[in-house]
Amino acid sequence: MLRRNLGVVLSVLFLIGGLATSFTSVTAQEATPAGEPFKVGFVYVSSVGDLGWTYAHDQGRIALEEAFPNIETGYQENVPENPADAERVIRQFAQDGYDLIFTTSFGYMDPTINVAADFPDTTFIHISGFKTAENVGTGFGKIEEPRFVSGQLAGAMTETNQIGYVAAFPIPEVIRGINAFTLGVREVNPEATVRVVWTNTWFNPQQERAAAEALLDSGADVIAQHQDTPGPQQAAEDRGVYGIGYNADMSPLAPNAVLTSAIWNWGPYYIDIAERVMNGTWESEQYWGGWQDGVVDMAPVADFVPEEIRTAIEEEVARFKSGEENIYTIFTGPIADQTGTVRVPEGQAMTDEELLSMDWFVEGVEGEIPS
Amino acid sequence: MLCIAGLKNWSGASANRATEASPLRSDKQASRSAHDSRLTTHDSPCRLSVLPSRRLDMTDILTPAFLISVLAAAVAAGTAILFACLGELITERAGVLNLGIEGIMLVGALSGAGACIWSGSAWVGAVVALAAGASMAAVHALLCVGLRANQVVSGLALTIFGAGLSAFLGRDIVGVPPPSAFRRIDIPVLAEIPVLGRILFQQSALVYISIALVVFLWWYIYRTRAGLRLRAIGERPEAADAMGIDVARLRALYVIAGGALAGLGGAAISLGTNPGWTEGMTAGRGWIAVALVIFAAWNPARAAVGAYLFGGVEAGQFRLQTAGVDISPFFLNMLPYLFTILVLVLSTREATRRLLGAPAALGRAYVREDRG
Repeated sequence: MLRRNLGVVLSVLFLIGGLATSFTSVTAQEATPAGEPFKVGFVYVSSVGDLGWTYAHDQGRIALEEAFPNIETGYQENVPENPADAERVIRQFAQDGYDLIFTTSFGYMDPTINVAADFPDTTFIHISGFKTAENVGTGFGKIEEPRFVSGQLAGAMTETNQIGYVAAFPIPEVIRGINAFTLGVREVNPEATVRVVWTNTWFNPQQERAAAEALLDSGADVIAQHQDTPGPQQAAEDRGVYGIGYNADMSPLAPNAVLTSAIWNWGPYYIDIAERVMNGTWESEQYWGGWQDGVVDMAPVADFVPEEIRTAIEEEVARFKSGEENIYTIFTGPIADQTGTVRVPEGQAMTDEELLSMDWFVEGVEGEIPS
Repeated sequence: MLCIAGLKNWSGASANRATEASPLRSDKQASRSAHDSRLTTHDSPCRLSVLPSRRLDMTDILTPAFLISVLAAAVAAGTAILFACLGELITERAGVLNLGIEGIMLVGALSGAGACIWSGSAWVGAVVALAAGASMAAVHALLCVGLRANQVVSGLALTIFGAGLSAFLGRDIVGVPPPSAFRRIDIPVLAEIPVLGRILFQQSALVYISIALVVFLWWYIYRTRAGLRLRAIGERPEAADAMGIDVARLRALYVIAGGALAGLGGAAISLGTNPGWTEGMTAGRGWIAVALVIFAAWNPARAAVGAYLFGGVEAGQFRLQTAGVDISPFFLNMLPYLFTILVLVLSTREATRRLLGAPAALGRAYVREDRG
């Protein structure tokens, strides 16, 4: 009987131990000189090892830490998006004296606003949302810009004129990305089409790969993705065709396939915000940064891309970096939808509001937006 | 169109696209063939038979070529689940429920990828994944067989622990490509068989091993003396004990062996379909494996059917989507679970339970003092 109880106790202890390791909070080692460090906290929705969304944010955190010797950062991973958990974690950071807190997923919007009301001296930045307060700003990037240029590259490289796009969820952010990509493809290669499949998951390596294989079997020879794992790129690699990665440079995992990747580069943005908060010049804002601001970028074009194409793409990249082109020049009419009806008249650019609520595909996309 | 300035070269390029004589085109061709020559063994048949981009109807879709491609993809995608499912199957046959498969797969996936990066060999990775899976399961064996702790609690703990441990230890190899992986190997002669060759004999070494394992386990469980003992300790441990079988020792052994297979299942992802380690990369496949054991009614052959069915639904739904067939992906995603629930409902009745062949002592710790 005693032995049985011991077993129960042991297994419960084991369970608690397991829970503790799965929900980690890390404070980076500080090597601060004299004086109070400026503390910056990050709330992550997945783990820094996902090689996707959170990985990209964590690269930004590391860049921030390297930029200022007196900054100390801390982060918590795998924080669920439900109000109770998110609010508890954000509140903990605020109570622990963090001066600036980044909450990096859409679901943290209301929890961030709620906690911010109780900590007026702390600055909060919510990524990808739309609610602000005196001490809460929002931040996001125009990943559509590098997507557009990567579309041009895909359009130039396709042989079958069929490009596959593995997409996570039918929400405006993803639809906008597909449209920008397709406009890029069609500008270079009006005969090419972009076929979309929905996976209904952000992160599922094998399923994303299966989706890419279905596209490859239907004749696609370039695979683009709005997914968080390199699964689709690896499928392209195994078939000896091309791919366009997302989030981070995915070429190490599919070196013969990846033409380039549309990537997030949060470092410059985090550094800018931290600097302004530290010297007291920050005011609540809704930041939607573009390529020119450096928050989004494109990985280097693969060296197996022919010289002429690579040069033309690099020139295009330069135009975006200089601000000569941007998301509004991409989404300037005439733009027709899938039925051929012109949705954006000639010479007119779409407004932020129209872009942020986009729920239709441009001409050249094959696939449907599930209702 | 847009951004006219500076894009003259683009329109030039696309106009030239039609004429094979264009320098851009020929350059691209040259680059492409150089690109291909590195990868000739994996050359895809898709480029030979490009489907038209118009809407397809059912008769276009349900061609033999379509079905064969779905089945081939099903076998490839189902293999990781199949290994894990076979592992859980022998564990449950021995009377122990192990809900830690998901965590064991993650640890297997990490250690497989890690060992491959360290050693340069995917085979070393596979062996290390087996060992890592076995060590994880040894904890479960110690708790549930040795100390007769609650199997459900211990299994859940193992899953959570495995997820955390693999995330923690895997930090440094996120995104590091393994130097080798289990790639497609066409088996000479057999790969040439129409239909079956494409489905079964143009796969990776791990797929062949998993198929051999299904055959072996079926024979082992139903046709050997050792298999009879395995069934005995899961059905009537008292009787097995009376026969002089060391129930605890044997159960622990099968729990550990099952864990080893689940570990290999993880490596089938990190060294097979998706080479490299990313955190949480099994994405719930361990749970599907546990559910499939019930679906399979504890029979290895039916486990293969279940795993391939799951792989087939996954591969098929995306192919239907690309063909423009309007079937909700949510509905298709739901199917394997729906089957499992159905089987579970059926198996609550004692009669159907016996019919399905659930081990009678499953989930019940064997306490020697319980005897008469």
